[in-house]
Amino acid sequence: MAMKIGTEQFKERVDNGLNDEFMRGAVASAQDGMSLKRRAVTTDELGNWEEWRNHAEEIRQHVLEHLDFYLEQLSENVAKRGGHVFFAQTKEDANEYIRSVVQMKKAKKIVKSKSMVTEEISLNAMLQEEGCEVVETDLGEYILQLDDHDSPSHIVVPALHKNKEQIREVFAEKLGYTKTSKPEELAYQARVTLREKFLEADLGITGCNFAVAETGSFSLVTNEGNADLVTALAKTQITVMGMERIVPTFEEMEILVSMLTRNAVGQKLTSYITVLTGPREDLDVDGPEEFHLVIVDNGRSDILGGEFQSVLQCIRCAACINVCPVYRQIGGHSYGSIYPGPIGAVLTPLLGGYDEYKELPYASTLCGACTEVCPVKIPLHNLLLKHREMIVEKEGKAPVSEKLLMKAFGLGAASPTLYKIGSKLAPTALNPFTSGDKISKGVGPLKAWTEARDFPAPNKERFRDWFKSREKGDK
Amino acid sequence: MVGTIQNRDQFLNQIANRLNRPRITIPIERPNWKYQPQYDVFKDTSQDELLEILKKQCKIIHTKIFTTDLAGLPGVVNDVVTEYGGGPVVTWKDERFSKWGLDPLMKQQWPAHNIELFEWDYTLGDENIHKAENANVGITISEITLAESGTVVLFSDKDKGRTVSFLPATSIMLIPKSSLVPRITQAAVKMREIFQETGHVASCINFITGPSNSADIELNLVVGVHGPIKATYIVIHDL
Repeated sequence: MAMKIGTEQFKERVDNGLNDEFMRGAVASAQDGMSLKRRAVTTDELGNWEEWRNHAEEIRQHVLEHLDFYLEQLSENVAKRGGHVFFAQTKEDANEYIRSVVQMKKAKKIVKSKSMVTEEISLNAMLQEEGCEVVETDLGEYILQLDDHDSPSHIVVPALHKNKEQIREVFAEKLGYTKTSKPEELAYQARVTLREKFLEADLGITGCNFAVAETGSFSLVTNEGNADLVTALAKTQITVMGMERIVPTFEEMEILVSMLTRNAVGQKLTSYITVLTGPREDLDVDGPEEFHLVIVDNGRSDILGGEFQSVLQCIRCAACINVCPVYRQIGGHSYGSIYPGPIGAVLTPLLGGYDEYKELPYASTLCGACTEVCPVKIPLHNLLLKHREMIVEKEGKAPVSEKLLMKAFGLGAASPTLYKIGSKLAPTALNPFTSGDKISKGVGPLKAWTEARDFPAPNKERFRDWFKSREKGDK
Repeated sequence: MVGTIQNRDQFLNQIANRLNRPRITIPIERPNWKYQPQYDVFKDTSQDELLEILKKQCKIIHTKIFTTDLAGLPGVVNDVVTEYGGGPVVTWKDERFSKWGLDPLMKQQWPAHNIELFEWDYTLGDENIHKAENANVGITISEITLAESGTVVLFSDKDKGRTVSFLPATSIMLIPKSSLVPRITQAAVKMREIFQETGHVASCINFITGPSNSADIELNLVVGVHGPIKATYIVIHDL
């Protein structure tokens, strides 16, 4: 899977999202539940929460400003421990290097733990070209993979858009599963099937939550324990990291890990935080014999030094996604990228270009909820606004979706006569679509709005008429 | 053996270039951070108080916790193994088991009751992994224990296989009470100290917080996915 998901245009994707009732219910309750859990272990529990955010922010900003130094230190220390480091400017470079390792090791059976950057560089497609069996071992990603490579809709809970009955059907069809749709039984089936895959794998591939420059280590954060099995059993391990995912020492690592787990899943720490350094040591029995670290730029350096640099502070916790009112309505697939929500609306156009993703910065109400929760203080809604400015400057106009919308609303409001006629007619014209004081089935420009929420119905008496009568002393 | 590094200069020059300055060639001192909220968490808390915090956290992380003195330790370990359905049991090769008086239980009582015990032995190679995979219970020892999150910290080495803590169906972690610290902050400081003193870091340091779990299906929490399905902590008072 590449960064881009789906083939439809933005508007079609949004339409699909708005018509998917299960998904919308699931997203709404997930947002509520996850936000509640997040608040319990952040603002509620830690009275000095702002200090934590300030500290996380200062760490991330310092690292970005000195990124070349820390990456050099990291690579030296990985090599000292016998690991191999490859710096990949582009996704093609990364894939070619990994291809060469696969060929050299004659690897055929590959297990992976969840990694956004490997999705971003379309690693699985290359591995399949090489004739390898690639198994995603995070439960959510495994479900999507079994279901003919369905796309993820959330960066922490990738199969959020699927219900357990759909998952049971996928397991029945692909694994011959005969039990019920109880999550415990489904998860047990995944445990049994994947245990075999872990044991027979000849190559393990992981992402990287935070690399530690001082020691050449890196950490993996999971709840399922799949990353431990990916890295303990296969003889060769490849870890792929976005170049900005690095901290100076263990002491900064612990701060960012704490911020990640609290904000992503409302846990003080997840079940497994695994800190790995190099390949296995002499006489060790488990752990890889050979370790490769692939450090990926793929457009990130173009973001450095510019107005969007702060987006590279991101630790991929999805707190912004969990509070976004637009994501709540349209769901993850609407963004057409593996990075959805506010962070995706900022990052995706930077990595994938405006030609493909110019609508995304408009998928926001600019309410600022994302900026308020971000644990590393990325000014997300300001960056969305910045994108809009640049898109308008570049194109000389706003993207079609917004232009049409503005035109539709603007036409009626711009001319006093038209507005008068329009607002006089509105109560009558809209009657069939009104229930009580809300319009729940809009037409024309209102359709897009009312698919997501109700619109207040026009008053039976217009403000202008009311004001005129009031002037005359009627009321 | 030192590993290879490829394409580094071009890559890092591009970064320096974008940051509008030359490459950094002089080592950077670790900054004096302006904010340090992490040290305020459970500051000046006694070991007894930390133990109470740990017990409370164990309820949240679906983990049973027992406390005992050394005299009671074999009985508690045996009870938990029995409750988990008996052997096979796999442990690290670690002299502390013997020092803490577990030999009669592990080396006499269990074999007499057909509870198979396997002690990690690196000379046997992959046989260790096969044993861990087929074990019902894995027993390990926490080096640092984080009260706030209910986390044990395990350091791998040739006698302490990584897989002992995550391949068996269930897991028992022994916790010397003196290993309790407020939170992950103190563990990170300790890890750095060890590195600065010895120049070495264990190839795998694992922070484990209860049994494995997942909420990937409709956000329902399922306890027991790829790692252990159940976990028990046994805190040893007089250590």
